[in-house]
Amino acid sequence: MSRKTRRKLFSNFMLFVSFLTAAYGIFWLFWILGSLFINGFKYLSPELVYLDPNPPGEEGGGLRPAFVGHLIITSLATVIGVPMGIMAGIYFAEYGRNSKFFMTLRQITDIMVSTPSILMGAVVYAVLVKPVGHFNGFSGAVALALLMLPVIAITTDEMLKLVPKEMREAAYALGAYKWQVIKNVVMRAAKVGILTGVILGVARIAGETAPLLFTSFNNNVLTFDLRDPMASLTVTMFNYVMGPYHYWHQQAWAAAFILTMGVLLLSIIARVLLHRNLLEPLFYIVRSITGKKRG
Amino acid sequence: MVETQNALKTRMEVKNLNFYYGSSQALKNINMPICDRKVTALIGPSGCGKTTLLRCLNRMHDLYPNNRYEGDILLDGESIFNMDVIDLRSKVGMVFQKPTPFPMSIFDNVAFGLRLKGIKGTELKDRVEKALKDSALWDEVKDRLKDSAFSLSGGQQQRLCIARAIAVEPEVLLFDEPTSALDPISTAKIEELIVELKKKITIVIVTHNMQQAARISDYTGFMYLGELIEFNPTEKIFTKPDKKLTEDYVTGRFG
Amino acid sequence: MENVAEAQKSLREIKTRGEFLERFLKLSLGFWALFVGLLFPILAGLILLYEARLAIEKFGFIHFLTYTNWDPVQEDFGAATMIFGTVVSTILAMLIAAPVAIGIAIFITELAPSWFKPIVSTAVELLAAIPSIIYGLWGFFILAPIMATKVEPWLQDKLGDVPLIGKLFQGAPTGVDVLTTSLVLSIMIIPFMAAVVRDAFNMVPPIMKESAYGLGATKWEVIRQVVIPYTASGIAGGLILSAGRALGETMAVTFLAGNRPEIPKSLLEPFTTITVALANQFTEADTDVYLSALYYAGLLLYLVSFTMLGIAKFMVLRLEKRWKT
Repeated sequence: MSRKTRRKLFSNFMLFVSFLTAAYGIFWLFWILGSLFINGFKYLSPELVYLDPNPPGEEGGGLRPAFVGHLIITSLATVIGVPMGIMAGIYFAEYGRNSKFFMTLRQITDIMVSTPSILMGAVVYAVLVKPVGHFNGFSGAVALALLMLPVIAITTDEMLKLVPKEMREAAYALGAYKWQVIKNVVMRAAKVGILTGVILGVARIAGETAPLLFTSFNNNVLTFDLRDPMASLTVTMFNYVMGPYHYWHQQAWAAAFILTMGVLLLSIIARVLLHRNLLEPLFYIVRSITGKKRG
Repeated sequence: MVETQNALKTRMEVKNLNFYYGSSQALKNINMPICDRKVTALIGPSGCGKTTLLRCLNRMHDLYPNNRYEGDILLDGESIFNMDVIDLRSKVGMVFQKPTPFPMSIFDNVAFGLRLKGIKGTELKDRVEKALKDSALWDEVKDRLKDSAFSLSGGQQQRLCIARAIAVEPEVLLFDEPTSALDPISTAKIEELIVELKKKITIVIVTHNMQQAARISDYTGFMYLGELIEFNPTEKIFTKPDKKLTEDYVTGRFG
Repeated sequence: MENVAEAQKSLREIKTRGEFLERFLKLSLGFWALFVGLLFPILAGLILLYEARLAIEKFGFIHFLTYTNWDPVQEDFGAATMIFGTVVSTILAMLIAAPVAIGIAIFITELAPSWFKPIVSTAVELLAAIPSIIYGLWGFFILAPIMATKVEPWLQDKLGDVPLIGKLFQGAPTGVDVLTTSLVLSIMIIPFMAAVVRDAFNMVPPIMKESAYGLGATKWEVIRQVVIPYTASGIAGGLILSAGRALGETMAVTFLAGNRPEIPKSLLEPFTTITVALANQFTEADTDVYLSALYYAGLLLYLVSFTMLGIAKFMVLRLEKRWKT
């Protein structure tokens, strides 16, 4: 076998190995989603949403407090975290780019994105739970908002940076103030991207458990009062999985299914908004089937 | 349109070449000889297809999807589409628009292609030295072969890329606007180098700089909108071209 | 005359109002940038430090790091077991994930046909979007039993008697142990790592690769000898970044680690990590010292995580700066 043939064979072999790694990754994805579908679907029932949980041990009941609480906490966190995050992001992109100080702050913000989420829970506990004396839904929302802050700031910054500087210069050349340029030109151009960032941020905090474990904690009773402990899907799942009752496990699967579908749906919407070419492969396949040539 | 000098050997020949990027045609019916150990220049305005044609000669387009060739290109009588592309690329080398030193030492850069072929030891060292000498770089780097290639200036990096390309002793060397990113002094050095190299290697060079083509090439092909408008000895192209379009271009009336 | 003066006055008013808005906007935006990027991280660290002060006073630094006894009853706390667990599970997860992530990145950038690329990319991003508690739940209900009944006994059977490695496979195969945890952790960080490596690969200018192909290199030779060295800094940074995230992972680990406050002697033994300890014991800490010790461990996690992520960022930035010219 000539050296050249050997090199080519080896190259093909290594590329095959890389294909195997991709298959390995997709394998897990399908297995996890598949299990989620099968088990979650099996135990899905409308009662889950409008019934309250039964006393431990008694079969049946639902997860109404968890669903409602989760929605409340997530929405409040979004309302708190998004405006602050966007404002920080605007500053990084539009005012801070020449300042080494602020660029360092931006890097620190990026680091905060990947910081352990449970520590946020611990921090908020010290400030909003211990002094108050009991768990409360508000602290949970704050913990999630703090998680969201850096994420939104970074994505806003990235999206604003994508707006070409020529667009800004044209606005300035017409005699606009900086705030007018930002508000009317740059933000408008980056609208979709920033929205995508927000959706992704929401998707991320919706799936969080750790920060809620000792802030909003849990509640078996439906409540809209943020001063009370509040149930959430994720914490409930945590308790149910670790618990001894079989029907708890089933309900956890159902909740997991709903949560994952929600989060994935949000992620897909965000992706489609941002990369319209996500649908390209679909169009490609359809076109090649119908035999139409590309225009 | 095409004057083949029968006294001179034709090293490569482009025959009825059409080239498509996807569904759009980039090259139309190109017929052109490339004469042995001469410098053939390709000139023309932006988008005329000269770089596209150059990249056909070593099948660089094969790296990307949706490209299609029609017609043929021969190297020493053999179709390049029938030979193994790796063999082709050891026989037809390329130097690019911007210097592209690999992230390794000066020595390792030049040795790259040789090591792929399994050459090592003293033969490797000798061939690296020869390549560096032939690209007029040896004196400047002989004491720092282990240094990173990035420690070189732009002009030196480009000469390094030339050394790297000639180390594998190709029959044909393709240059894609090799001096467009360099200052005038480095440009002059590289032009000198090309004139020196053509004694041993057949050279094809794409340039948007007409004066460069006039300075260093023996034959020139003028291209426009994917077609080869005229192909003649350089002196004829620049003094008494056959086609009016050629004349308009070389006198600066457009482009 | 009057009109001109009036017009001039209102123009001046608009101008000053405009300038006032300018300054107001810059300050309010700047405040939030300052908060997110500086005040908040520092404040968080300080709060953790403050809550940990009791434990720091009582146990010092070296002792807390090396002492393996975590005793709520005697109020004697040493975090060595959870530190060990955090470090080991992260390293193991990285060992599994790194080659896979690089392979996936190679596949996406070099191999996949253009219509298939977005499908694989999407699949990878979907994996990343799945909440970590789902990994925990799936791992606990589905993977752990399979590990316990099929995989681990098989591993014990095949490797249990091999001289050095065999010791890693002792113990009752319950499925809730270092091995399963590291495996699930690796699956969780693969998408992120693959994305970072893929982005680094995409930074290689095409003519760099074409230069290598032009010399007659095969695809793998171009990847291994040009692309990977070119992006080495970025890949290393990406790996450290992923490790930083794995460090802080809570839910998947909590379900699968077994929460045993001892240093595991084999892959098949349960263990604990800092995040697991926090998740399970925070609400049960009945004494001030207990809670403070947990905060202490949390503070350490914060500092280590921050440092690792900082180093990783630095390495990635170095790559970007070097090659952006």
